[in-house]
Amino acid sequence: MRASRLLFLTALPALVIFIAFWLLPVSRLVLVGASGKEGLAAYLSVVTNDIYRASLVNTVPLSAAAALVSVGVAAVVGVYLQRREFRGKRVVVSLLTFPLAFPGVVVGFLVILLAGRQGLIGQVSEQLGMEKVVFAYSLAGLFLGYLYFSIPRCVLTLMAAAEKLDPALEEAARSLGASPWRVVIDVIVPALGPALVASAAICFATGMGAFGTAFTLASKINVLPITIYSEFTNYANFAAAASLSLVLGVLTWLILMAARSLSGQGSAAA
Amino acid sequence: MRMKRPAFALIAPVLTVLTCLFLIVPIGMSILAGVTENYFVGVRSGLTLRWVGEVWGLYRETIFLSLQVALATLAVTLVVGVPLGYVLARSDSRWVRALEEALVLPVAMPGLATGLALVLAFGTFRDFRASWVFILVGHVLFTLPFMARSVAAVLSSINLPVLEEAAASLGAGFVQRFFTIVVPNAKGGVLAGALMVVTLSMGEFNITWMLHTPLTKTLPVGLADSYASMRLEIGSAYTLVFLLMIVPLLIAMQWLAARGTRTLPSKRG
Repeated sequence: MRASRLLFLTALPALVIFIAFWLLPVSRLVLVGASGKEGLAAYLSVVTNDIYRASLVNTVPLSAAAALVSVGVAAVVGVYLQRREFRGKRVVVSLLTFPLAFPGVVVGFLVILLAGRQGLIGQVSEQLGMEKVVFAYSLAGLFLGYLYFSIPRCVLTLMAAAEKLDPALEEAARSLGASPWRVVIDVIVPALGPALVASAAICFATGMGAFGTAFTLASKINVLPITIYSEFTNYANFAAAASLSLVLGVLTWLILMAARSLSGQGSAAA
Repeated sequence: MRMKRPAFALIAPVLTVLTCLFLIVPIGMSILAGVTENYFVGVRSGLTLRWVGEVWGLYRETIFLSLQVALATLAVTLVVGVPLGYVLARSDSRWVRALEEALVLPVAMPGLATGLALVLAFGTFRDFRASWVFILVGHVLFTLPFMARSVAAVLSSINLPVLEEAAASLGAGFVQRFFTIVVPNAKGGVLAGALMVVTLSMGEFNITWMLHTPLTKTLPVGLADSYASMRLEIGSAYTLVFLLMIVPLLIAMQWLAARGTRTLPSKRG
């Protein structure tokens, strides 16, 4: 009894911080969300209100597509890097994970350097005699930004998963006459399954809440974080901002929880 | 069939090289643009530190504030998070597992939502709202789980109960055991957690943007400001300053990880 009380006291400061600065503010957010003229119905406004629904219809496919492409690319890169030894491999792997520490605004800026008006892609396309290609501020630019912060998030996880692949299984499949594609689809993908699911969920959840990247790039595109932010600052519509951000929060949390139970991994919310 | 095999074998290396270029080239461009006289003309316009100087003049307060917030966040996570990590490693009770899940919520939920909740709850407390401590609160919520888990991971890998019992049988009280047994054994986890906390705090934008005021701007908030209103060279030079601050931390973290202490990748965007 005494020991457990000591443990309780040891964890108490963290508990107090959590209750005072997260649980109470978020509970208040729940009340504010229902304080508008529609009351509790505000929590359905993400599907009933045309503007918010349009925002949701932008955000979900964008985040899903970015998550799928990122996981696909990261799986190929992860398996390849895991199996190949070459000089400077550790440096390459380090560089691949650096973008994890960049705030979303920096990712947005890097997309501007790639695909903005003075960007690399524009310059190269001009020199090739084509029209200057500029897409940083469109949905495509946002997609590129989402790939930029998602791929590094998956590469390490998938490298770790690739380490556990058994090459003997692939050899067996090949000796039985399976084509390279069949080996990938029937042997490698199922073995990487849990890591693929977990990575995709983290990327999707991150994309749904990616405020910084969208803030730098998406002056014209309505994605949910931008919609929430402009309801709050431009229209002082606190009820809408609160209800939408709670819906977004619950949605991302559910995705992470579902992925965690599907993949049987530890916390996916890192 | 035989025709297809070489093409198939090329997919992985080509995609790997392209991915590396995609992730690394823009960073190089940003660094270069930050020290180029006129980016539109190109490198032949000359290299200069003029833009870095302008960033220093315009935004140095944000650099100091970010360092201040990061160090304060580190102090709080050390005092609160290390004991918490010990509890997570030491107890299997339902309540402790529930607490662990709860503390990850501020990381799992979009930062914008956390920031909004704090602003709506404490916006009327004028002095608190206007001080840098308001930003500190957001950063502590966001980084605490990383410190606690990093410590818990290291402590779970040793036989802590046996060590503690031995010390207790020799008459050591709880506080003495904590500082002479738990803390020294958790050193690797504390160090990894500390690097993680400082890195995350220095780069945090999504919560901070909601919490900042014109007088409390952190580095990433200043970056957003410069991207929106300054010429490309200044935004790039400012990004260069950010990279100079964050890359040593990342290298230290990877060096530590290579020595066997695992750190967790972070959630950002």
